[in-house]
Amino acid sequence: MTPLLQVDGLSKFYGQRIGCADVSFDLYPGEVMGIVGESGSGKSTLLNCLAGHLPPDAGRVMFDTRAEGMRDTVTMSEPERRMLGRTDWAFVHQHARDGLRMNVSAGGNVGERLMAVGARHYGDIRSQAIDWLGRVEIAEDRIDDRPRQFSGGMQQRLQIARNLVTGPRLVFMDEPTGGLDVSVQARLLDLLRGLVREMGLSAIIVTHDLAVVRLLADRLMVMKDGHVVETGLTDQVLDDPQHAYSQLLVSSVLQV
Amino acid sequence: MIEVSGVAKSFVLHNQGSAVIPVMHGADLSVAPGECVALVGASGAGKSTLMRMIYGNYTAQAGRIAVGDVDVASAPPRDILRLRRETLGYVSQFLRVVPRVPTLQVVAEPLRAVGADAARAEARARDLLAMLNIPERLWSLSPTTFSGGEQQRVNIARGFAHDYPALLLDEPTASLDATNRAVVLDLIEAAKARGAAIVGIFHDEAARAQVCDREVDVSRFTPERAA
Repeated sequence: MTPLLQVDGLSKFYGQRIGCADVSFDLYPGEVMGIVGESGSGKSTLLNCLAGHLPPDAGRVMFDTRAEGMRDTVTMSEPERRMLGRTDWAFVHQHARDGLRMNVSAGGNVGERLMAVGARHYGDIRSQAIDWLGRVEIAEDRIDDRPRQFSGGMQQRLQIARNLVTGPRLVFMDEPTGGLDVSVQARLLDLLRGLVREMGLSAIIVTHDLAVVRLLADRLMVMKDGHVVETGLTDQVLDDPQHAYSQLLVSSVLQV
Repeated sequence: MIEVSGVAKSFVLHNQGSAVIPVMHGADLSVAPGECVALVGASGAGKSTLMRMIYGNYTAQAGRIAVGDVDVASAPPRDILRLRRETLGYVSQFLRVVPRVPTLQVVAEPLRAVGADAARAEARARDLLAMLNIPERLWSLSPTTFSGGEQQRVNIARGFAHDYPALLLDEPTASLDATNRAVVLDLIEAAKARGAAIVGIFHDEAARAQVCDREVDVSRFTPERAA
């Protein structure tokens, strides 16, 4: 099997400061990778470079495109990258309002992504939107409400529906459960895991919540000051961390 | 099926003065298909550590841990994930699940993961849960709220859902009543009969005597504690 994503020597600097430095890894179809580290460790910078939201200063991000096989998304043209962002990629923001159009109805938010890839038939779009709202457990009678009338957890689920409706192959998630109640988090985790399994998605999840990565991620990458200090199987890194910083991170978790 | 040779392990505690704690060296173990080997030794001798190394949960500093055709000690995460999905099962002492997922799905999941359709996976899960005396009214609930013994039985059901060629069992009969203990021992016998290679930790001596073909004392692999 060929990797879906091959990252090689990716670096991003903010002037003298390191955003992330020399990051390399492969991600295969169906794999979920977690990236953990404290705030400022470079995990969000890395995610944004991978997803084409920030231009890296060095390195390659090779993605296995449907039409032309492996392409470097760093050097491809902006329209091509945007096309990927609308089709094969999805990005779930920590704050749902960054990923939603707050003045457009819930159905419109989901339908917009479909229209961006060429859907034009109103009835089809609406029925697909209803189907997806159902999958993320939003009642059909809320389809014409705007996201600002939704709770935080509902907004997050709507964002996920909007992102997944076009059947992406790679999902980037930035703290998808951040700022939500634990009960809402559990529901979201359950949903995400089900979708990953059903759709065979690959995902890269940035979080500082070790319990979330234990349940969602197959593999884990630990970052500190812009560098990757440890990688491995999620349970191995959490149960037998090798690097001083990973040990500190794991031992600092409060027991419930 | 499981071949461990020359395995060594020490923990380095970077945040506690970089203390190095050697826990195992020269560990050797060989388990054939259809055989059940018990790990024995005093508490702290390294039974669970060795078992976790075979599962790839703990890293090994030296040696080889072959399970089928994969060397767990050196294989990349992807190969270990595949091994765990298809070949190597592990019944730990603790059940770790996504909240809200119904018990039936929790038990059926290992079969779904190897490509079984939902109906077949759920039928197998029903059989196992019924066999282990989990009341049917609990099947649609998440096991997170179950009692310790019920969680342990759900964990066992999950571990036996797929017919793994190799199985690791950490105290499978702990906290079970006599009826359920007998069911678990039957499951182990059945797994042996179909050719599974099994490594187990049993504090329950009668259970050990009943299902295990031989014992390996892990204190042989415990490094001398240097003063």
